[in-house]
Amino acid sequence: MTSFANRVVLDPTNERHATTVERVGRPTSLKGLTVGLLDISKARGDVFIDRLEERLSEMGADVKRYKKPTFTKPAPVDLRHEISVNCQVVIEALAD
Amino acid sequence: MALPVLPNGLVIIVKRECETCRMVVPVIEQLNNGSLPVTIYVQDDPAFPESLAPIHDADLSISWHHDIETVPTVLRIENGVEVARTVGWVRDEWHRVTKQSSLGPDLSAFRPGCGSLSVDPDLVDELRVRFGATTLSARRVDIAEAEDEFEAMFDRGWTDGLPVIPPTEQRVMRMLTGTTRQPTDVVAIVPPDLVEITIEKVAINAVMAGCKPEYLPWVIAGLEAACNDTFNIHGVLATTMPVGPVIVCNGPGTRAIGMNSGMNVFGQGNRANLTIGRAIQLIIRNIGGGRPGEVDRATHGNPGKLSFCFAEDEIGSPWTTLAESRGLSPTVDAVTVFPGEGPRCVVDQLARDPESLTNTFAACLRTLHNPKSVLAFDAIVVMGPEHARVYAEAGWDRDRVLEEIHARLQIPGSELIRGAGGIAEGVPERLNGLTLPKFRPGGLLLVHAGGGAGLFSAIIGGWANGDVGSQPVTKEVLP
Repeated sequence: MTSFANRVVLDPTNERHATTVERVGRPTSLKGLTVGLLDISKARGDVFIDRLEERLSEMGADVKRYKKPTFTKPAPVDLRHEISVNCQVVIEALAD
Repeated sequence: MALPVLPNGLVIIVKRECETCRMVVPVIEQLNNGSLPVTIYVQDDPAFPESLAPIHDADLSISWHHDIETVPTVLRIENGVEVARTVGWVRDEWHRVTKQSSLGPDLSAFRPGCGSLSVDPDLVDELRVRFGATTLSARRVDIAEAEDEFEAMFDRGWTDGLPVIPPTEQRVMRMLTGTTRQPTDVVAIVPPDLVEITIEKVAINAVMAGCKPEYLPWVIAGLEAACNDTFNIHGVLATTMPVGPVIVCNGPGTRAIGMNSGMNVFGQGNRANLTIGRAIQLIIRNIGGGRPGEVDRATHGNPGKLSFCFAEDEIGSPWTTLAESRGLSPTVDAVTVFPGEGPRCVVDQLARDPESLTNTFAACLRTLHNPKSVLAFDAIVVMGPEHARVYAEAGWDRDRVLEEIHARLQIPGSELIRGAGGIAEGVPERLNGLTLPKFRPGGLLLVHAGGGAGLFSAIIGGWANGDVGSQPVTKEVLP
């Protein structure tokens, strides 16, 4: 009676099943939409976002700026919520 | 499983392999002719004793559920309840339990029994699963007969790239004997998926990493230290920089579980060092969902992301311990987690005075990540014993060593601004007139470790420090 259980192992994972969230449809135009620009606080991300704001404003979008406290941590839940209720589109600048 | 009910009268558990059991057969025959009914359970040979129609406790359920640790054991059962018990052969005790007299007149008065098969170290793990494991709640995953169980672990994405021990229920149950905490206790919320992890899941991953049960409290403490906003394992995992959790262990327990703090302290060969750190990283992967190429975006990574865990050499140290410097008693066990890259060597074979040696440390530390980078990164100095001796002979304590290094790393802004020295990297021009320290206050940690020969030390470079990144965290290891 040495090995009756050796072919059964315990699942080491979190056993969670990913939930699928439907994406919002892609808008045909940004005119009149509110576009959130999320600066993740990495160096020079603001340079990129400044330029995006100019271009988006020219296209008739209403631009709102947001900023994470630090790039090393996920965006705080309150910030995510604020963006979700205020914006129809969000652009996150990731790179240095 | 319900407790198997024993018949009223006398119940005697024996095994043929036990000399005492064989010796008392005539006594049992005497009892069998007495007023109380006698039932005999035998653990090994179903035919023993031949004269007495024994019942074979083939799966040891009678022995397990009635806590039989020694054979022979004699029980007196009244109305289905045990009212008296004795083990081995002690004539007076047998008289008391059986309510008879003049038993075994030819035998000596006393002979110890033997170990019950139900507590045999080779069987006990499996019996624990067979009879007592209903508390574990993890999903059971069947491995096909034709499947290689080690390949199966790879196929399911559960490994760090090296083979893991398949976490069978009996191995996990054995691992859980290493902690007093309940399998259902929640230890931490593990990034990046922010999933609660229970002691049971810690134990499963600790089995896979190759831990012994006595390492489990260290794994638990390491997780508690890493999975919080202060240490920020999320960022340590996700960063493009080559860092992972470096775990420095302190306290008498490091020696009790055989951790290495000496020769080849960061290297291969020590099970505790390698598997404690590995278990924590497996948990980040398997529970937190943190996998390379997904949330882990490291440009290069480093081999220490498999495991980078070691003990401080406290016995040979001239200084207080790292954990003590961080506010804990030197008598307790503790882990300190630090977001670190791979170690680099500091060579100075000629310095025999502390000033000269400190100049070497300062010059080497100046180059950390970039000679023009200041304040952004912490570091651990792992002082080798031969270097520490130079300081000990000069009477420099831990604080003095760190102060002297800091004093030598006050750098003129003119050397640090962008473009200075023909290097674009640097601090903004507006800091030109200032003097800036390489390290923030408290940004250097000092640990004593390494082999007794070699005028070397090591530096472990850190990652984005402070509230924007990661702070080292020290936690007590509890049973």
